[in-house]
Amino acid sequence: MHDDTDDPLEAQKDSSDNSGLSRRDFLKISSISVAVPFVAGPKMVRAAGEEVPVHGPGKAPMEFSINGKSYKAELEPRVTLLDALRDEFEITGAKRVCDRAECGACTILMDNKPVYACSVLAIEGQHKAITTVESLMQDGKLHPVQQAFVENDASQCGFCTPGFVVSCKAFLDAHPHPTSEDIRRGLSGNLCRCGTYAGIRQAIALLAQKGA
Amino acid sequence: MPDYAWPDAEHRTFIGKRVTRVDAPVKVSGQAKYTYDVHPPGLLYGKVLRCPYAHAKVVSIDTSVAEKIPGVKAVHIVQGQGSNIHWAGDEIVAVAAVDEPTAEDAIRAIKVKFQQLPHLVSDAEPPKGSAQEQGPLSMDNIGDMLDNQVPTRQMVSNIQQYGVTEKPSEDVLKELKDDGAPDPVLEALRSATVHPEAGNRPPTNYQKAATQTVGDPDKAFSEAEVVSEGLYGVPVITHCCLESHGSISEWTDQDHVFTHISTQNVSGIAGQMAEPLKIPATNIHVHQDNIGGGFGSKFSPDRWGIFTAEISKKSDGKPVRYMLERDAELKVAGARPSAYARVKVAAQKDGTLTAWQSNSWGTGGPGGGGMPPIPYVFSIPNQRQEHTAIRNNIGPARAWRAPNHPQAAVLTMCALDDLAAKLKMDPVEFFGKNLNLTKARENSYRDELAIASELMGWKEKWHPRPEKIDGIVRGVGMSFHTWGGRGHASDCDLTIHPDGSVELKMGTQDLGTGTRTCILIVAADTLGIPMEAIQLLIGDTNYPPSGGSGGSTTIGGVSSSARRAAVDARDALFAKVAPSLNAQPEQLECRKGQVSVKGDSSRTLSWKEACSKLGAMPLTVRGKNPDRSKPPDLTNSGVGGVQMAEVEVDPETGIVKVKKMVAVQDCGLVVDLKTAESQCYGALIMGISYSLYEEKVMDPTTGRMLNADMEFYRLAGLSDIPELIVHMMTGKGYDERGVIGLGEPPVISPGAAISNAVANAIGVRVPFLPLTPDRVLTAMEQKRGA
Repeated sequence: MHDDTDDPLEAQKDSSDNSGLSRRDFLKISSISVAVPFVAGPKMVRAAGEEVPVHGPGKAPMEFSINGKSYKAELEPRVTLLDALRDEFEITGAKRVCDRAECGACTILMDNKPVYACSVLAIEGQHKAITTVESLMQDGKLHPVQQAFVENDASQCGFCTPGFVVSCKAFLDAHPHPTSEDIRRGLSGNLCRCGTYAGIRQAIALLAQKGA
Repeated sequence: MPDYAWPDAEHRTFIGKRVTRVDAPVKVSGQAKYTYDVHPPGLLYGKVLRCPYAHAKVVSIDTSVAEKIPGVKAVHIVQGQGSNIHWAGDEIVAVAAVDEPTAEDAIRAIKVKFQQLPHLVSDAEPPKGSAQEQGPLSMDNIGDMLDNQVPTRQMVSNIQQYGVTEKPSEDVLKELKDDGAPDPVLEALRSATVHPEAGNRPPTNYQKAATQTVGDPDKAFSEAEVVSEGLYGVPVITHCCLESHGSISEWTDQDHVFTHISTQNVSGIAGQMAEPLKIPATNIHVHQDNIGGGFGSKFSPDRWGIFTAEISKKSDGKPVRYMLERDAELKVAGARPSAYARVKVAAQKDGTLTAWQSNSWGTGGPGGGGMPPIPYVFSIPNQRQEHTAIRNNIGPARAWRAPNHPQAAVLTMCALDDLAAKLKMDPVEFFGKNLNLTKARENSYRDELAIASELMGWKEKWHPRPEKIDGIVRGVGMSFHTWGGRGHASDCDLTIHPDGSVELKMGTQDLGTGTRTCILIVAADTLGIPMEAIQLLIGDTNYPPSGGSGGSTTIGGVSSSARRAAVDARDALFAKVAPSLNAQPEQLECRKGQVSVKGDSSRTLSWKEACSKLGAMPLTVRGKNPDRSKPPDLTNSGVGGVQMAEVEVDPETGIVKVKKMVAVQDCGLVVDLKTAESQCYGALIMGISYSLYEEKVMDPTTGRMLNADMEFYRLAGLSDIPELIVHMMTGKGYDERGVIGLGEPPVISPGAAISNAVANAIGVRVPFLPLTPDRVLTAMEQKRGA
């Protein structure tokens, strides 16, 4: 692979209308000593010889595409995607548990890839296709993964369940015929306290047999 | 007299079958609403400033800057200047703000000065001579003992030996009785010597409980043919509910509060909030649809539940939400007391147990805590127990599934397993030989032991403990457990409407145990209609009160009250319908959505037609448990179970992997076999988790919890789960006992069974849970050195 620059992140540098910060921008901004005024919307700041967009402090307008619908909100850049979903849009299927990417209860899909919504800033979730557990049901019918969870009694208190369902769906999409070892490894990013793993494992194994 | 008895197997439609959980679809689709998900308009967000020190005095608090931050609606001092703080993470100041970031900013802007005081967070063996004899007991001590399920015999002897600090009034005694104090304890309190001066004695860190003696242990040990001595223990672990503790409260007018709260105790919350909020309990409306885990830690509104309502009041009554952050959840919202013991056990050469002696200690945090019920399950004829409770600054303990029993199982079953090894006996034979010491449960344990051995393949897998090991090794171990599980007080209202619709209201809660499903199973089975035809409403103080879900008391309570309500409603309906079928009410039956004359299918009405005979008004009946006027007793007490574990240990790394677990369990009449099995699977998994990973690690220098997150407070994951086999004992001998709880029993034995399997694999006891690689390697190293 050949890069024009020596830093691959340079090539992905965000433009001012694609809000969110690259790592490199962040490093530049963190060395800015001037006070940043209280404004909505990005402010261009000259740092390390370049113009970089700065959001916040204060709320910034943001737009999202969640479960095929568009949403707008004014949020502080420090707000996580999980908190935006839950507190701003009242889409509460994804749960807040560990709040630091350890338990998987907040798993959602971002451009079809499973992510921990507690560890994505809302500002980074803009202009991406966000899918939450709520949209897996179609026309009042449970998704096969959800149906398998029901039949195999794979939920108890149910607090980890939405995150697990989303993880399992993404896992099976990527591995339609997993071995039991694949299942053990692939579903290790979600934790349950009641101990529903036996039901979950059975649900996924049955789906894998059917080639869901 | 109507027949309330449970139907026999031929007359059950749903009871005892494998019925799918009714609330699974809303849970898997993300529609189930938990307290954390409730979002009323105008919601304000609470945050809390917590004490960073394990023991400190609050010197000063300055909230002036925080109060001026735009968006901050209320600043509330929880524990003000001069307060003594006894654990790190305790609440000092709470704020409410328009959004969470603003609330966090406000917390950061508050300045609190603390004076640090000396702390103790260790629960290591008390230094020699440090333990002070337990003095006269205060009523708080008695309450702590009840919370910790200290055995009755132990409580009575403590009260008789040490007396009390105040004479308890009849009101206090009644309260204690309501909290579950057995009559012998109340009697002992009535006749106890009163030492009022002792109430002012400062508590010490180490408090020695009265020595318990049964038979003549000294003689038994001196005559013993084989004696085994060992050290065993279980550290403090936390509940780690995935939905943290917390609530949302608003004042709907000057003197009415509406609270959503994550609780195991919907009907009991208002009564606990009334006094601190200075309004009658009738003015507090409590609601909860779903709870994300409790495990014994969510019976009270807690201090945060009270101040959430208080900061709502200061914010013009607007709804305020405060759910604990994960670190707070692990630090302050639930810990299981530790228990350690030096145990000496004796037997004859043929394996007959003769004597037990234990010197135990452990901590339940600031309250100290009681001795687990040891020796557990096996009533060894000669016993002596000495226990020292450690009061320290690790934070308060709470009931954790089967309080004190998992600890008792480890202290007992591991000591007995070591004795069996010394006798060179197969544990199946050794425990089997002593099953007479389990008394009333002997026969069911014997059956369960045989089934468990078969399902584990014990005969093929068990081997004597190896002298030397080479490469990856395997071993098997077992444990026994017991629990009460009698149904709690429960009321419900069942209404049949003239259009045929049916609703059942009960102020209970479903912890994920299948409570909703089981109530519907009982009502539908009794009324002969589909479960979907009944609307079930739970989780609200507007419904008849039903007990808190603790101690495996829910299923016996809710199934009994639902059964009585459904039988009475059915019979009342029969009385209205009988004339139109030209029959007597007692000739009628309802099955498959029809009301008909028994043995005459020509005289039949559909359920809907039958209900139309009610006239204009619906019919409502109240079902209760207990209800002596409506026999028989539908619930019972006393269950048992046997569990076996097979493990694999890598002696190079010390890593333990559980390869297989078997749980054989009885619980009387099983209402739903499917959710009952899930309860056992879940308990085995939780057991693997606490056996291998879980420990609340405290830093002796700072007094803080070192692993207050889910990366370093490890829970077992899917990849840790081996083959699991669950066998429920059902049918004759079990069904006729009535419905008995199942939440606690299967979580008791895994620690002991897994520890015993590791000892069988590597040839040496790893004394303490969790069985981490460092502990396994240390135990093997010590054996090599010995």
